[in-house]
Amino acid sequence: MISVQDLVVRFGPVEAVRGVTFAVGEGQSFGIVGESGSGKSTVLRALAGLNDDWSGRMTIGGVALGPKRGRAFFRRVQMVFQDPYGSLHPRQTIDRALSEPLIVHGIGDADRRIRQALAEVALPSSVRFRFPHQLSGGQRQRVAIARALMCEPEVLLLDEPTSALDVSVQAEVLNLLADLQDRRKLTYVMVSHNLAVIAHLCPQLGVMQGGEMVEMLSASDLRAGRVSHPHTADLRRLSTELEEA
Amino acid sequence: MSGVRTAWPNLLDRDWLLTDSPGSRSQALWGQRYRLWRDFSANRLAMAGLIIVLALVAMAIAAPLLATHNPAQQELTNRLATPSAAHWLGTDELGRDVYSRLLFGARVTLGMVLAVVALVAPFGLAIGCIAGYYGGLVDKILMRTTDVVLAFPRLILALAFVAAIKPGITSGIIAIAITTWPPYARLARAETLTIRNTDYIAAVRLTGASSARIVLRHITPLCLGSLIVRVTLDMSSIILFAASLGFLGLGAQPPSPEWGTMIATARRFFLEQWWVPLMPGLAIFVASLAFNLLGDGLRDVLDPKQR
Repeated sequence: MISVQDLVVRFGPVEAVRGVTFAVGEGQSFGIVGESGSGKSTVLRALAGLNDDWSGRMTIGGVALGPKRGRAFFRRVQMVFQDPYGSLHPRQTIDRALSEPLIVHGIGDADRRIRQALAEVALPSSVRFRFPHQLSGGQRQRVAIARALMCEPEVLLLDEPTSALDVSVQAEVLNLLADLQDRRKLTYVMVSHNLAVIAHLCPQLGVMQGGEMVEMLSASDLRAGRVSHPHTADLRRLSTELEEA
Repeated sequence: MSGVRTAWPNLLDRDWLLTDSPGSRSQALWGQRYRLWRDFSANRLAMAGLIIVLALVAMAIAAPLLATHNPAQQELTNRLATPSAAHWLGTDELGRDVYSRLLFGARVTLGMVLAVVALVAPFGLAIGCIAGYYGGLVDKILMRTTDVVLAFPRLILALAFVAAIKPGITSGIIAIAITTWPPYARLARAETLTIRNTDYIAAVRLTGASSARIVLRHITPLCLGSLIVRVTLDMSSIILFAASLGFLGLGAQPPSPEWGTMIATARRFFLEQWWVPLMPGLAIFVASLAFNLLGDGLRDVLDPKQR
């Protein structure tokens, strides 16, 4: 479904991503872990078309991606952002946020679709006409997920979707994402610095360091400690230490 | 949507306005507006400013009803009279009733101010938002143009413009507008720069919306708050600017009763008949102060950085 080959992303003279290659099958989840600044979010933003200055080859559903994406692309690929406090327009009601993709793509039947979308992410219909500041972080992230699903995409790019939430809400959102994937046969690419979160949702994952993907392994290998690159071992040790502390 | 039909009678119902879970888009909007109004009306100085501004506008509109004399009617036997029952604020150097001239002058002065704002605010907003959102070459061209205009001394540029056309209210309005828009463009650009890289704008880009739609529907509404504040705070300087043009004889022309022109013609009697220039001076002062108070109050409720 998704293939990325030798992706290089530049910010001016700096190469933030240096030759990343991976592939994700249809209905699969792929996780990218790494420290802050390792370039993992940059990969996702380049994939989403939010960053023009990249080279390499990226295809989604067999279609090669150019620097500028058309409307058809955005019907197939959507993204959920890290910070639910920053990803919803502060002056627009939830209703407006959810109807925006429908208006842009000329999809009718907005009223029913919005009610259905809210139900799908387990939000009460009473939040529909609230403003984002009237919702909790977890509720906002559900709205962001609902918005991403409005146009029934096939691919969802998840940029640390739970890192701004507290632990109990993290689990709820992760379970919601897992349910949605089962129901809608979505393909996920998820970025996180949290190994536990990645391993929970993604059977396959890649580890990034300094703009390069230093290791690709399966979640079960990670759990069993069958890692080959020292950075992966470091990350794994840190996360188990944190859990025990 | 059912909420639209029932909105009007509910506007006086506090519970309907303040509910946590509005039932329709219009209810959510009216609720937000009501909260803004509640915050604003709690500020007494700002309310005083608003009431004075509304009163001035009402007086300007109702000038023919409120005036005791024809503002152009001369009475040369009764020049420079002190305030009395017949002439509440005295008469000027041609024996015209100052009170009536002030009322009709409010039409000219406030009309000029409103015309300038109506020209300048949308223009500056558009330039700033476009420059800020598109960046690159567009930004450079628009902002350097802004800098060039900004680098001119305001009054000199306006004087040159008026002198080149012909003195009058219309050319005065255009002259003031030409010299007033750059700060709005800069303000809107600065706001746009912080907004355009946020995740919620990225999310809108991911819907596939056109740049025009993003700027118009998602960015300008956020710039509007600080722009409105800036405009109300600038109203007083626009009044003074219009008055200075009038004072220099390049704005409204006599016998048109513009406040600045009234002071200009009365300046010869400044020492002996001080009340003649004092009255329009007071009018300018009160109007400027009221706009400033209003602007301060609006900044407290509208400025997103203070919330």
